[in-house]
This record gives sequence, structure tokens and C-alpha cells, in this order.
Amino acid sequence: MEVEVAEESMELNNKVMCQLADPEGTPLGASMYLPQSVGPKELQQMVNKLLNNEEKLPYAFYISDQELVIQLGDYLQKNKVSVEKVVTIVYQPQAVFRIRPVSRCSSTIAGHTEAVLSVVFSPDGQQLASGSGDTTVRLWDLHTQTPLFTCTGHKNWVLCVAWSPDGKHLVSGSKSGEIQIWDPRTGKASGNLLTGHKKWITGISWEPVHLRSPCRRFVTSSKDGDARIWDATLRKTVIILSGHTLAVTCVKWGGDGVIYTGSQDCTIKVWETTQGKLIRELKGHGHWVNSLALSTEYVLRTGAFDHTHKHYSSPEEMKEAALERYNKMKGISPERLVSGSDDFTMFLWEPSVGKHPKTRMTGHQQLVNHVYFSPDGLWIASASFDKSVKLWNGITGKFVTAFRGHVGPVYQISWSADSRLLLSGSKDSTLKVWDVGNKKLKQDLPGHADEVFAVDWSPDGEKVASGGRDRVLKLWMG
Amino acid sequence: MPQGDYIELHRKRNGYRLDHFERKRKKDAREVHKRSQIAQKALGIKGKMFAKKRYAEKAQMKKTLAMHEESTSRRKVDDDVQEGAVPAYLLDRETTTRAKVLSNTVKQKRKEKAGKWDVPLPKVRPVAEDEMFKVIRTGKRKTKQWKRMITKVTFVGQGFTRKPPKYERFIRPTGLRFNKAHVTHPELKCTFNLEMIGVKKNPNGPMYTSLGVVTKGTIIEVNVSELGLVTPAGKVVWGKYAQVTNNPENDGCINAVLLV
Repeated sequence: MEVEVAEESMELNNKVMCQLADPEGTPLGASMYLPQSVGPKELQQMVNKLLNNEEKLPYAFYISDQELVIQLGDYLQKNKVSVEKVVTIVYQPQAVFRIRPVSRCSSTIAGHTEAVLSVVFSPDGQQLASGSGDTTVRLWDLHTQTPLFTCTGHKNWVLCVAWSPDGKHLVSGSKSGEIQIWDPRTGKASGNLLTGHKKWITGISWEPVHLRSPCRRFVTSSKDGDARIWDATLRKTVIILSGHTLAVTCVKWGGDGVIYTGSQDCTIKVWETTQGKLIRELKGHGHWVNSLALSTEYVLRTGAFDHTHKHYSSPEEMKEAALERYNKMKGISPERLVSGSDDFTMFLWEPSVGKHPKTRMTGHQQLVNHVYFSPDGLWIASASFDKSVKLWNGITGKFVTAFRGHVGPVYQISWSADSRLLLSGSKDSTLKVWDVGNKKLKQDLPGHADEVFAVDWSPDGEKVASGGRDRVLKLWMG
Repeated sequence: MPQGDYIELHRKRNGYRLDHFERKRKKDAREVHKRSQIAQKALGIKGKMFAKKRYAEKAQMKKTLAMHEESTSRRKVDDDVQEGAVPAYLLDRETTTRAKVLSNTVKQKRKEKAGKWDVPLPKVRPVAEDEMFKVIRTGKRKTKQWKRMITKVTFVGQGFTRKPPKYERFIRPTGLRFNKAHVTHPELKCTFNLEMIGVKKNPNGPMYTSLGVVTKGTIIEVNVSELGLVTPAGKVVWGKYAQVTNNPENDGCINAVLLV
């Protein structure tokens, strides 16, 4: 390679001083002269060599937040970048696998007799659960695309459904404040309803599998202003996290073993999980906090399961694998938290570093309903009632682009596992798939007869499930 | 010093008359009889006014009583499952235009060819020309009779500019021009005040259509963008047809039913 570079430089005879750096800004190797003819392909080879990667990984390259897709010289000419200074080229690792964009509706399954309120794939992507306004939780057979189990027991609308990261339990929360734990293999409830919350459940989050395996604890948030940590084996509340003065809208169990809660009292609180003490209070929002997202959320959700479809025999093995995945994903930087609010802005926090926000992300013209970090943590997507989905840099929080196309408020978004595609479901009854690479609409998926309330892209990337007010569950495929 | 408050002053100095409260009680007790007397005796407009006042008072009293009743009586909290489930992120938001629950669930059914123009009012009374138009006599001697004034409600588009009055054959009076219609969605059973876009068809003839005459049975196009209707492909529906169901020239408003 060295010889090649030398030869080419003799031909062109003009070189640019370049510095390779990772997304956090840490330089890779010394700055060097590169011939203007290098493109992403050559840079990729160089980065692989410099990092001593055994297998060649794909990378994307960015110069001042713009992707480099052509030769360096052409790029510099086009954008009039000064060659006097050192050009910093940021490399971002890409997923080694590629997920096919969904393009068609493979089946429409009726069954629910009221609106479908939440749709969630299991961490290994092999099972699907949905909660509905008809007070049931349903499990669906993904191979035959038919209903598998109907879990009855709740007394009111089932608002939230969450899988444990090892895929062994399913928890649902209802509008009357009850929690139920289901066994996804049989579709039976494991005991009576768990009561404790006085009002409806707004969110459920499981303890990450790398902290404790098999999964036992989960946390729920409720309109009554409390969050409760439950033990699935003891079947009771372990700790009550009270302190918010208004409804808790969102709860996340972080990878460092802390719980984040966002509330309508405009604050985000960070709790430790052994005694339920308040560690930190993050203030900054001027209105309700609607949604929280962690940079490691996707890896916490999927636990030990990745694109290789490995099977784990023991919980310990699973824990190890999950820990390895978590550490690889997280890298050396602290866990980042992003919060979307009714004040139309979002904040990027690093709660383990300080209580001040890293960046304030402004630009939405209506409330932000849902925020989501991409699986590799490099992007943040936000869904807003201003009919747009916006894409932000996941590390600096800088605005990247806005995806426009929906004609109604965007309710929910979901990332594909390779971070290359983004899915959004809207009130206008359509789903849209956006391409993060060229920042364009990839696929429009009409088909629902009414508002789409819930969307989810399966972690194995094969399918997309969506549910809405028209009471059917739709499965989409590539 | 004003003369009016000498009673208060006296009371301040000497207190109430000894029999004051007794007299007051009796007066209050007599009051109802007195009012009843008036109610029976009052005639004509005075009687009407009095009755109206009594009615209002009584209704107010009943409301107050009901309110007190409600605050004291205990009721069971209704925790039964309601219709129209919404996800947790929408539960706290006030629902805007709840009326359009089924709005785009109401499928745009493909009509049979024969029934394509099935409308709520299939037949209308034909309107004769001399009912529709009033002849205006012009000229210095009022001998010319080629000018017509439309005696029905008309819709005049936004960009309309009059011809010079001398050559204007049809006069559309400004008092009978409308640009809004009350449109009822037949499946949702709710009515919206929508802007009109145009007159699609007047059953009495193409000339009336082009003049924008709105009579009973006319198909008008209304702007439904604020209803938030969406086509199955996710595009906003902008204009939709509606049929006029009343006689606008008699009622002073246009009532129409949306064709879905």
C-alpha cells in the first residue's frame, strides 16, 4: 500500500495534510500527507491497518460533519477547503451486516378488537408481542404470521409491553396501574396482577442482562409520579422511587446500573438501584419531558443477541456476552442521555460526568414525542408533532438533517440494527423508511387505515411490525 | 352628604328597631305570595317578561341544587374500559377534534358505475327561469330588458372582478354571496363550518353552475383540509364534494352533507 501511495503522489504531486480521528475526536496515528486521489476505499484500508483490525471493517468518513464519498481532492475543490490547514477526517465504524429496507406489507393480522397501543419484538427478534386497548396482550407467530396466544387478565388498556433482555419474560402495564408478567412460551400469566401504582403505567424498562443474569428486576413509571422497581421472581415492589412532583413519563435502566426517569415536572432524575437513592437531578427543560434515550439503549435491549443468531446455554454465558457487547458499544466515553420535551427542544446529557447538559438541540417547531439513539450510538433521531423527523449527531448533538414527508404528527420511530435506516410511524396512517446515508426517503409504506401508534423494527432486521388505531397488526418485509 | 344612608347611620348609632328581624321574616314569608299574585295578575308583555325571569331564576336554582347534591353524594369511580384507546404518550394531551375518530377509517368505497353519482338528494324541484332571475329594465327610458339579477344564493370565487356595470348581464347581489357552508359528515354525525372552493354542479343547468348559483341539491366543493382527512396513501385530502340540503335563499345559511 505504501508503494501505491508513493506512486500516486508522484503523479499528482500535491498532497494534503490529513489527520484521522475517531468520532470522539481522539486522533489516530500522526497526521500525514495524503495524495488527493485517495477516496473512502483507500482510507478504509488505512484505518484498518492503523487499528490492526484482523478482519476488515467498513468505515464511513466525515470531514466537518459531511460525508466523504468522492476522492479527497475533488471534495476539497468542491467545498473550497483550505489545504493550508490540517484536514481532520473522522472515521465512523459501520455495521458489518446490512439490513434490507422493508418495502411491502407481508401480512395484515386482525385479532385485536381495539387500537393497538404498543408493538415490541423480543430481543432475539423471534417473537412479537402487542398490547391493545381491548385489555389483552397478544403474542404472534412470526413464521406463519398468525396469532399465537391471547393473554387476558388486564382490566384496562394495555399501554406498555416490554421484553426482558434474555427473552424469558414479558411485562405489560395497563391504564389502571397494574403490572402483569407473562411467560412468552406458554402465553400464561405467572401469577396475579401486580398492584401498587395508582394511575396508569407510562413506561417499563428491564435491568440490563450484563448486570444481572437471569433477568429479575424491572422498573416501571406511572402517571402517579412514582417509579417502582419490581422483582419478577419475588413478584413484589422492591424499591419505590418517589420524588417527582408530577407524572413520570419515561424510565430507562442505564448500563451503569442507574435508573433515569423523565417527568412532567420538567426534570430528569437519576437514581441508584440498590437503595433507590437520588443521585442526580438534571434540570433544564422548560416543559414536560416526554422521552429519554440512552446511547447504549439498543445494546441493552438486545442483551446478548446480535446479528449472528448465537444461542446461549447458560445465563452466565449470556451475561458475559452481553457485557462484552456493551463494553464494545460504549467504548471509553461515558453513557449519553438525550431527552425530548414539550418545550420543542432536546438536551444531550452525560449524567455520569455532570449535571449540566452537553448541548441543547433546538429546531423542532412542535413538541418532541420520541427520541432514539441509533444502535451504534452515532446518531440521534427525534420524532416531533411538527410532522418531521430530525437527525442529529449522537456525539456532539449537532443538527444533521430533517426528514420531511409526513403530513401528520410523527408518533414513534425505530432504527434498523445496522443504523443505516430509520423508520417512522405517523398520525397520517403511513410508515416511512428513511435512509441515513443519503438523507432521503427510502420507502413509503401506506396501508394502515388510521393513525399508527406503534412501530418496531425487529433486532434481526427481517421484519417491521406496526399497529394503530385501525386495530390490525401489520408485518412488513424487505 | 348624600341623603340616602340616613338609615344606616341611624342603625349605626342606635341599633336596629326592636321588631326589625320579626318584620323582615314576615316580609320574606309574604314575598312568595306576593310574587305569585303578580304572576297570576300580570298580563301581556309584562306577564311574559315576568314569566321569563321566574323561569330563569328557577332553572338557576335547580342547577345550584344539583351541583350541591353532586358534591356531597359519593359515587363509584367509573373504571370500565372506554372506547378509543390511545397510547400512553397521548393520554395526557387534550384530544383535538375528537370528532374525527373514524375519519380515515371511513374508506373511500369504490362506487359502482351506475351508482357513481348517488347523492343524498337525488331529485330536486326544478327552478324556473323567472324564479331564478329578476329582469332589470335599463336604458334611459327603461325600455331595455336584457339585464338579469340572480335571486338565489351565489358563490363568487376569490379572484372575481366585475365587468363594467354597463355590460354586466348577470348581477350577483353581494348580499346573497356566500363563501362558507355548514357541512355535515354523515358517518361522524358532526358538522363543520368549511370554506367553499367552488360550485361543482347545479342540477338546474350548466349555466347556473357556471354562475355559481347555490340552490337545494347543488354539489359544492368544500375545503376539508382542517379536518385532517388523509388518503390511504398518506396524502392530505384538500377538497371534497358536498350536496346542499336546504334552501339557502330562505335560510340565510348553506347546509350541506359531505359525499363520502
